[in-house]
Amino acid sequence: MTDNAATAIDNPRSTVVRRRKGVNWEKWGWVYMRASGVLLVVLIFGHLFVNLFAGEGVTQLDFGFVAGKWASSFWQWYDFLLLWFALVHGSNGIRTIINDYSTPPTGTGIRWLLTPHGIMKTALVVSTVVLLTLGTLVIFTFDPCPAGSPADLLPSFCSVAR
Amino acid sequence: MWSWVLHRITGVGIYFFLLVHILDTALVRVSPEAYNAVIAQYKNPIMGLGELALVAAIGFHALNGLRIILIDFTGFGTRHQKAMFYIVLALWVVLLLGFAPRHLMHVFGGA
Repeated sequence: MTDNAATAIDNPRSTVVRRRKGVNWEKWGWVYMRASGVLLVVLIFGHLFVNLFAGEGVTQLDFGFVAGKWASSFWQWYDFLLLWFALVHGSNGIRTIINDYSTPPTGTGIRWLLTPHGIMKTALVVSTVVLLTLGTLVIFTFDPCPAGSPADLLPSFCSVAR
Repeated sequence: MWSWVLHRITGVGIYFFLLVHILDTALVRVSPEAYNAVIAQYKNPIMGLGELALVAAIGFHALNGLRIILIDFTGFGTRHQKAMFYIVLALWVVLLLGFAPRHLMHVFGGA
């Protein structure tokens, strides 16, 4: 705490700290945005450097490039972390924006769901869960040398192995 | 206020790209042909400019995000938030000066 005259704030009238019971999810969401943000700066700039800047940049991207990376478990786990941290960070950001611009309905159940707020929140959760599941399965069930594919589309190590 | 507005706009833009990017990457599980066909679209000039806009958005969101963290957790950051906004803009320009020429040569240089 700094005692700068311009930023000093008067003490509140009551010094009693009221605490709600249970986990303060909103606070942990706030913490998560900052912690994951720092990590994402590293992960995303690394991702952009390797895929879009080094080598031949965007022109080098094809199946063989991805297969060459995901043949190594380092890049599988790198992209796994990227997927989860980025999508959860982004979805929580969208959640904040939905809360800022749409009024939460007073009803519950179907009366909650069938409102702009309910539809947007539901769509957000469903798309996030579906994409996290899909992305994770794609990374870890990936086959760099699918049978029956033309050799010139595959990474060079596929022909050596066979 | 403008840093807040830009942080939101770039955040939403990056988010919708991320949704598409997870889906296009998932095509590696369909077939090499399907993946290559879609990724080829990323190499045309219009998408190339889109990638420049994407990197610009990510660069701003990242640098301004670090600024927000310094504001939230340090007294130094709170006192100098305005100066740090101009530092964010300066670093952002440097970042794009490093990226844009190389990327545009890849996109427009004829492979």
